[in-house]
Amino acid sequence: MGYCPNTPDDIRDMLAVIGAASVEELFAPIPADLRAKSFDLPPGMSELELMRLMREKAASCGADITPFIGGGIYDHFIPAAVDHLSSRAEFYTAYTPYQPECAQGTLQALYEYQTTICRLTGMEASNASLYDGGTAVAEAALMSLRITDRHKVILDGSVNPLHREIVTGYLHGLSAEAVAVAPDGCASDLAHLMAAIDDETAAVIVQSPNFFGSVQDFRELAQKAHDHEALLIVSCYPIAMGLVASPGEMGADIAVGEGQSLGNPLSFGGPYFGFIATRKRFIRNLPGRIVGETVDHQGRRGFVLTLQAREQHIKRHKATSNICSNQSLCALRGLIFCASLGEKGFGELAQLNYDKAQYAKSVLGAVRGVDLLNDGATFNEFTLALPKDAAEVVQRLLDQGVAAGVPLGQYYPGMERALVVTVTEKRTKDEIDRLAALLEEVLWS
Amino acid sequence: MELIFEKSVSGRTGVRVPLSDVPKAAPLADAVRRRDPVRLPEVGELDLVRHYTNLSRRNFSVDTNFYPLGSCTMKYNTKVTENAGGLFASCHPMLALLPGGDKLVQGPLAIVYELERQLAEITGMEEVTTQPLAGAHGEMTGIMVIAAYHKARGDQKRKYVIVPDSSHGTNPASAAMAGYEIVTIPTAPYGDMDLDLFRQAMSDEVAAVMLTCPNTLGLFNPHIAEICAIAHEGGALTYYDGANLNAILGKVRPGDVGFDVIHVNLHKTFGTPHGGGGPGSGPIGVRGDLVRFLPTPRVVRRGDGSYGVEDHPEGIGRVSDFFGNFGIMARAYAYITLLGREGLIEVSEQAVLNANYMMARLKEEYELPFDQTCMHECVFSASRQLEHGVHAIDVAKYLIDRGFHPPTVYFPLNVKEAIMIEPTETESKQTMDAFIEVMLEAARMAKENPERLHQAPVTTPVGRLDETRAARMQQVCCE
Ligand SMILES: Cc1ncc(COP(=O)(O)O)c(C=O)c1O
Repeated sequence: MGYCPNTPDDIRDMLAVIGAASVEELFAPIPADLRAKSFDLPPGMSELELMRLMREKAASCGADITPFIGGGIYDHFIPAAVDHLSSRAEFYTAYTPYQPECAQGTLQALYEYQTTICRLTGMEASNASLYDGGTAVAEAALMSLRITDRHKVILDGSVNPLHREIVTGYLHGLSAEAVAVAPDGCASDLAHLMAAIDDETAAVIVQSPNFFGSVQDFRELAQKAHDHEALLIVSCYPIAMGLVASPGEMGADIAVGEGQSLGNPLSFGGPYFGFIATRKRFIRNLPGRIVGETVDHQGRRGFVLTLQAREQHIKRHKATSNICSNQSLCALRGLIFCASLGEKGFGELAQLNYDKAQYAKSVLGAVRGVDLLNDGATFNEFTLALPKDAAEVVQRLLDQGVAAGVPLGQYYPGMERALVVTVTEKRTKDEIDRLAALLEEVLWS
Repeated sequence: MELIFEKSVSGRTGVRVPLSDVPKAAPLADAVRRRDPVRLPEVGELDLVRHYTNLSRRNFSVDTNFYPLGSCTMKYNTKVTENAGGLFASCHPMLALLPGGDKLVQGPLAIVYELERQLAEITGMEEVTTQPLAGAHGEMTGIMVIAAYHKARGDQKRKYVIVPDSSHGTNPASAAMAGYEIVTIPTAPYGDMDLDLFRQAMSDEVAAVMLTCPNTLGLFNPHIAEICAIAHEGGALTYYDGANLNAILGKVRPGDVGFDVIHVNLHKTFGTPHGGGGPGSGPIGVRGDLVRFLPTPRVVRRGDGSYGVEDHPEGIGRVSDFFGNFGIMARAYAYITLLGREGLIEVSEQAVLNANYMMARLKEEYELPFDQTCMHECVFSASRQLEHGVHAIDVAKYLIDRGFHPPTVYFPLNVKEAIMIEPTETESKQTMDAFIEVMLEAARMAKENPERLHQAPVTTPVGRLDETRAARMQQVCCE
């Protein structure tokens, strides 16, 4: 029942060695008045019955909906090799590589992952993963407080609102301040962000592409932050890195993001992984595990967990973060995804996302009464202004089997008619055209 | 082995990107365009598959080796639950947050809801949230809930969280991240947090006390109800680190004892795989009057039996993007459903039996600092071996040569040269006997041929690695 292999004979022999009369006797250290008052669970079942039950649940999970939704999580294709290789039990049934000699598989893979993240983001040092995109932004904010010994971060309103909520929660406990700067339309309000930076500012946090899909140049913002010895934190969408300037190119000091789009299935919200990378001089302030290269006594190259004196198991309450288990297996998937595509393929994939979104922009923007709200460049998401309440439109289109986008009203009061539409490489021209036709119908008939 | 980057050959391609069915768009503006392509390895698919298959073979894992890593509950991960967890791959979480979207994702919402109910029953708490993404994240969430509780009562002066010195490092780290100062209480000679020192440390400035039970020595602390009472008397709340729940399923429910907040590690007790370091999942449960502070959103069951997503306005906000590490939660839900009541009780009984057997057979040769019936794990000290110059790490490395993953070593910090063994319930007596033989052999070797232990491991692709060099070089990615 509990996958316990010991036979009654084994159990008898073991009890004899222990010197106990029964298994129950081993629970004698638990005082009687502390015993469970209830344990009301149904009896177990067979594999067959379990899978029947689980399939029933999986039948109602929106699998037949065509998604034009993103919001930080994207419906990208996943090469078959990603599933096959990450399903190797030697990877997925191991744990944290504390004993490096028998964990070189995990350690080398994580080192390759760190390299991949550095190359994507244009940074010099990555850790071995964080929980998710939102907590990665929060960890970056905390990191900037430590580096600058200041207590204020400036949080751009065009950063993913779910992530902003997490950041604010993390900062709240530490009595640090998050100064919100509202976006200007669909773009970061660079003038106001720059005006908000002063000598108390630890960091400015922006996102590229932002929640509205806009892509902006943050070089001037980086300069202004650096003039005040503050940091620039850029949260980025890794697939976009095949086409859009990286945080490193824009002068960021810390790059973070949600890694889901790199080979991790949607899976109703997780598991995914967060990534964080920085300049080499800030490496000791990174949260979480880091894998480093070294050699054994014979000079053979090997990999180990390094700079552990930052971490909770050594530093306890003085650690750079409380994170212990991270999202290694998801990071491994991210690595294999990137390596499957390679340099050329990754660029092509980004270009394809861009081309499809540009096409969608043109046909959706041509629907009567619909306007495009982004002023400048976008990657694979953009924001439409509808002539009606966007939430209502989305709800009606869901009945037609299409998730048309994320209505902005719930996150940006006053933007009730705005809709963020996402177009990945998986959306076909036919699906895009159908969305345009359905939108026309819902708006005007 | 070469890095995948070192196997790269310019012009070689792996997987094919889909062809475009739309016109090529005008190029992205220069100012926001990436200058150089991302330098990713260019390898064929077979190269890729061989590379990662061969890398995987350089790992010990539960499926290949006995893995008695203390405090980590490295039990067998059932395969049917892997299949079950993968059924939801194409479900977009944003659907649940769209207006009218909840009706499309009733299946996964039901799983979140039912898993929360199962865990509430197992732990004896009123309600559970699955949002935290690992144990440490659960701890931080729990302490944030406790902070919100004190704040709502206008009780602003509480600035300390008490932890025993044997606690896992995440406990103090999580409380610090939630804004508290830490007070550490030493372990008494009887193996638990010193009660007198705890009493002295209690004051109206203490927000919470965090306990692990069974503690990190594998011992059940018989004073936990008393500790809860003392804490509550002083207006503090009690936090139960449930990482060691595998010992007490159906035996003890922290909620019944008087704990206010608990986290559980689905990747330990509830059989989900450890993924080479994660993903895990760290749901928290709370007592009735703390429910309103749980993170937003909440999955609810409506009168008509359908499931919905509701804002939780008084809560501490969001601690992760959606509903937690759902794929892991679905596996845990499947595991609990598969084993059922009796199966879960058997888990704890056999886990405790196995650990006591291990303890009984090894204590002749290894120092047992707290010689009493243990729960799911036992902690030895290599202090006798140290007399011959052999450290816990030397024993650990020798085990690798003999095909066993080492136990946890040097934790808990309050035991010198600690060797922490957690066999789990899924191992047979025969497997444990083989491990015990090698442990006894290592003890003999410590006396007769310590050099062999110092040299270990010799069978692995690399020998002991130079960690000082790694820390000095800080080479964390390839050029
Ligand atoms: C006793 C104890 N508490 C807390 C944790 C932290 O859990 P996680 O690694 O899931 O964050 C662990 C595990 O590593 C543990 O053993």
